[in-house]
Amino acid sequence: MECARAGLRVGVVEPRVPGGAASAAGMGHVVVMDDSPAQLALSRYGRELWQKMRAALPDSVEYEQRGTLWVAADGEEMQEVYAKQATYTSIGVSSQVLDEKALAQAEPELRKGLAGGLLVPEDAVVYPPAAARYFLDEAIALGAKLIRGVRPVEAAKGIVRLQDGSALSAGSIVIATGVDTSLVPWITVQPRKGHLVITDRYPGFVHHQLVELGYLKSAHKLTADSVAFNVQPRQTGQLLIGSSRQYGDAEHDVDNKILKQMIDRACEYMPRIRDLSAIRVWTGFRAATPNKLPLIGPTPDPTVFLAMGFEGLGITNSPAAARLLADHLLQRESAIDRDPFLPAHVFRGESAHA
Amino acid sequence: MSSQHWDVLIVGAGPAGMAAAAAASQGGHRVAVLDENPAAGGQIWRRGWNDDEHKPDAARQAQTGKFVASGATLFHGRRVVAALAQGVLETWNDAENVGERFAYDKLILATGARERFLPFPGWTLPGVFGAGGLQALVRNGYDVRGKRVAVAGTGPLLMAIAAHLQEDGAKVLSICEQAPLSQLVSFATALLKRPGKILQGLSLRSSLRGVAYRTGSWPVAAYGAGQLEKVEFTDGKRRWEVDCDLLACGFHLVPNIELPALLGCALEDGCVRVDALQRTSVEHVFCAGEPTGVAGVDAALLQGEAAGLMAIGLTAQAQKLSARVASERGFGAAMEKAFRLRTEVLQMAAKDTIVCRCEDVCYGDLKALADGQNTWTDAKLQKRCGMGPCQGRVCGPAVEALFGWKNASVRPPIFPLPISALSSEPQLRTDSNSAALQEIQ
Ligand SMILES: Cc1cc2nc3c(=O)[nH]c(=O)nc-3n(C[C@H](O)[C@H](O)[C@H](O)COP(=O)(O)OP(=O)(O)OC[C@H]3O[C@@H](n4cnc5c(N)ncnc54)[C@H](O)[C@@H]3O)c2cc1C
Ligand SMILES: Cc1cc2nc3c(=O)[nH]c(=O)nc-3n(C[C@H](O)[C@H](O)[C@H](O)COP(=O)(O)OP(=O)(O)OC[C@H]3O[C@@H](n4cnc5c(N)ncnc54)[C@H](O)[C@@H]3O)c2cc1C
Repeated sequence: MECARAGLRVGVVEPRVPGGAASAAGMGHVVVMDDSPAQLALSRYGRELWQKMRAALPDSVEYEQRGTLWVAADGEEMQEVYAKQATYTSIGVSSQVLDEKALAQAEPELRKGLAGGLLVPEDAVVYPPAAARYFLDEAIALGAKLIRGVRPVEAAKGIVRLQDGSALSAGSIVIATGVDTSLVPWITVQPRKGHLVITDRYPGFVHHQLVELGYLKSAHKLTADSVAFNVQPRQTGQLLIGSSRQYGDAEHDVDNKILKQMIDRACEYMPRIRDLSAIRVWTGFRAATPNKLPLIGPTPDPTVFLAMGFEGLGITNSPAAARLLADHLLQRESAIDRDPFLPAHVFRGESAHA
Repeated sequence: MSSQHWDVLIVGAGPAGMAAAAAASQGGHRVAVLDENPAAGGQIWRRGWNDDEHKPDAARQAQTGKFVASGATLFHGRRVVAALAQGVLETWNDAENVGERFAYDKLILATGARERFLPFPGWTLPGVFGAGGLQALVRNGYDVRGKRVAVAGTGPLLMAIAAHLQEDGAKVLSICEQAPLSQLVSFATALLKRPGKILQGLSLRSSLRGVAYRTGSWPVAAYGAGQLEKVEFTDGKRRWEVDCDLLACGFHLVPNIELPALLGCALEDGCVRVDALQRTSVEHVFCAGEPTGVAGVDAALLQGEAAGLMAIGLTAQAQKLSARVASERGFGAAMEKAFRLRTEVLQMAAKDTIVCRCEDVCYGDLKALADGQNTWTDAKLQKRCGMGPCQGRVCGPAVEALFGWKNASVRPPIFPLPISALSSEPQLRTDSNSAALQEIQ
C-alpha cells in the first residue's frame, strides 16, 4: 500500500492466502514495546501510524483502542511498572500506574492480591488478516497487481522466477515472506512457535489487553520455551488467550505440554477462565532474528530489499516498516532512525542490540 | 486424568461401531466403544436403549443382542476431542465435566455422518429443523402430536423420517424431494436387485399413505412472524404454499471426517480413503460406515464387521466379506447419484440469507468472495465463516456445495471444551462459579 500510494507500479506475489500465514495466527495487539531503544522507537511509530489510519480502516479490521494493562504480581514487578512508565514518558507515550484497588476495579476477573499495573491507554487491538487484506485492496485500487497461487522460487537481479517457469521483472524486489527464508537463504530467521486459544463469546469479561509483567522476563530469553499470561478481548466478545514461545519446533501441531502450562498460567491470574468454553486452539510462527529486530532495507543485491523478521510485533510494526521501506526505495528521509534495522547488521554477523 | 488401555478402541456406537465391537470381541480381546450420546444405536437405532415400543426392527434387535453379548464396554457420553500422543485419544464427558484418556493398539473410526443444510430465505426461523434433527428431538421427548409438518430436501432419509413423525402423531403434509423422478427411477431399478431394501421401503410407504411425495421440487422460502407459518415450494415452473407448524428439511448426509482428518487419515472426495479391508492410510487405524462414503445401514454393518475382524488379525474372515462390502458400496454410489443436488437448490439463498449461523455470515458476503482465487480460508479469515463454536460443521458442507470451498483444517478440540479441560487439572466446576458465569453470558 505504501509503495502504491507513493506512485510506484506494484505487483504482489502471494502463493497462498493473503494475510493467511503468521498474520492469521497472531493476536493483533498494537503495543508500544520497550525492550530495546530501537524497538521502542519503531513500535511507537507503528502505533502512531495505526492511529492516523484509524478513520479510514474498514469495520472488518476491528480496530479498538482497548489499552494495554501490564499486570504486576508483586512488589518487585511493581518496581518495573515505575521503570516502564519512565521509559514511556521519555518518548511521549502516556501511561497510568494502577494500585491493587484500581487494578481490581479495571479488571474484576483478575485474581485478588495482585500488586497493581501499568495502563497504556492508547494501545489497541486489530484483526490482522482483515488488516492485511485492507492494505492489499488499497494497493490494488491504486493499480497494484495481485499474482496469486504461484510460488516464487528465486528473486535476484531484478528478476523473480516463479514455480510455473514464468518470470517477473522489477526495479526493486521486496521480500516480505515472514518466516519463510527460501528466497533469501543467507538470512537467519528462526521460527518461534506460539499457541493461542479462542473462546466463545463472553462480552465484558475482560476490558483491556492484559499482559503479565513477567512477560518481559520470559519473552526475551533467546532459547528456553516459555509461557506468559496474555489475554485479549475481541470485538466479538471472545477472548484470545496466549501466549507461548518455543524454539526448535517447526510442526503446526498443538504441543499439549506447553498448552497446559499456558492455560495454567492464565487460570492463575484469572481463575474463572477455567469455566469458559474454548472453541479452537491453533499455533503460529513468529519470525525471530538473531538481534531481535526486524530486517528492513537494502541487501547487497541492489534490486533486493527485505521487510521480514518481525517476531511478535509484526502487526504493530507493519505500517512503520512499510513507511521505512518506501523511504529506502524512494531515497526519502525517515521519521525515525532506520539504521538499527538494516539487513547489513545480520550480514556481518553482528548482533547490534543483544 | 484417568487413562486406560484397550486392545481395540472404537469411536462411534452406531451400526458400524456395534458390528465392529461384536466382531473384535471374539477370542477375549478387550474392546471399548466411545460415543458422545447417552446410549448406543447411532443415528437410526438410538431410541432409548432396547425400547421397541414402535415396531420391532429385526436387524436392530439382532445387532443389539450381539453387541450386548460381546462383552465390549460402552463408554457413553464421551466426546472424543483430541488425539494426543500416538495411540491415545482424549475424551470429554460433558455431563460430569471430566476428561479421560483412552490408549489403544488398534483404532476403528465409526463416526457416522451428519445432515447437510442448504440455506434458503427463512431457514433460520424457529420451527424449521433439520430432518434428522427433528427426529432426534422427538426421540428425546419433543411432542409433535397434532403438528402440521412439511418435509423437504433430498435423500432416502426424508421418507423414513416422515414415516416416523407420522407414527409419533404428527400430521405430515407433503414430502418435497429435489431430485427429479427420472433420476430416482434408475435408483429404484437398482433397488429391485435388493429385496430387503424394497421391504424397508414398502413398510415406510404404508405409514405414509395419503402423504404427497413430490419429486423435483424444493423450498423457495419459509415465512412467519418470529415462528414458522408457511413454506413456499416450487418445481421450477409452478409455486405453491403449504401452511405448517414445522418444516423438517435436510439435503442428504455428509461424512463426519473431523476425527479421521485429525489423526492424519488420507481423504478422497470428502470421505476417508480405505482399502477393501477398511484400512485407512494410517497404520492400526480402520474406518467403517458413513465416513468412508454414505451408503446406509447395511453397508455400515458389513464394514464394521470387517473392520472388527481386521483389528484382531482375522484377515481371511474379513476378506470373505469384501464382495458384499463392495456391492453395498455400489449401492451407496447409486444413491449419491440419484440424490445429487440440482443447480437450483444451490441458488435458493438470497443475498441476506444467513449461511453461517454461528457468526451470522450471509450468502451475499460469501458470494462477493467467489472469484475463483479465494478459498475456504479466505472466507473464514475475511468473513468469519465457520469460525464459531461449530467450527464449520454446519455451514462447511453448505459452503462446499455452494462455492466449492473445502474446509481446510481441523484442529483440536474438535468440539468446544471448557478451558479447564485444556489445563493440567481438569476438574469439576463449582456451582457458584457456573451461576456467576450465567450472568455474564
Ligand atoms: C502466536 C502469535 C502471536 C502474535 N501476537 C502479535 C501481537 O499481538 N502483536 C503484533 O504486532 N504481532 C504479533 N505477532 C506477530 C505477527 O503476527 C507477525 O509478526 C506478522 O503477522 C508477520 O507478518 P508478515 O507479513 O511479516 O508475515 P506473514 O503474515 O507470515 O506473511 C508472509 C506471507 O509471505 C508468503 N510467502 C511465504 N513464502 C513465500 C515465497 N517464497 N514467495 C512469496 N510469498 C511467500 C506467505 O504465504 C504469507 O502470506 C504474533 C505472532 C504469533 C505467531
Ligand atoms: C484475532 C484472531 C481471532 C480469531 N478468532 C477466531 C475465532 O473466533 N474462531 C476460530 O475458529 N478461529 C479464529 N481465529 C483463528 C484463525 O482463523 C485460524 O484458525 C488460525 O489462523 C490458524 O489456524 P490453522 O493453523 O488451523 O489454519 P486455518 O487458517 O484454519 O487453515 C488454513 C490452512 O491453509 C494453510 N495456509 C493458508 N495460507 C497459508 C499461508 N500463507 N502460509 C502457510 N499456510 C497457509 C494452512 O497451513 C492451513 O492448512 C482467529 C485468528 C485471529 C488472528
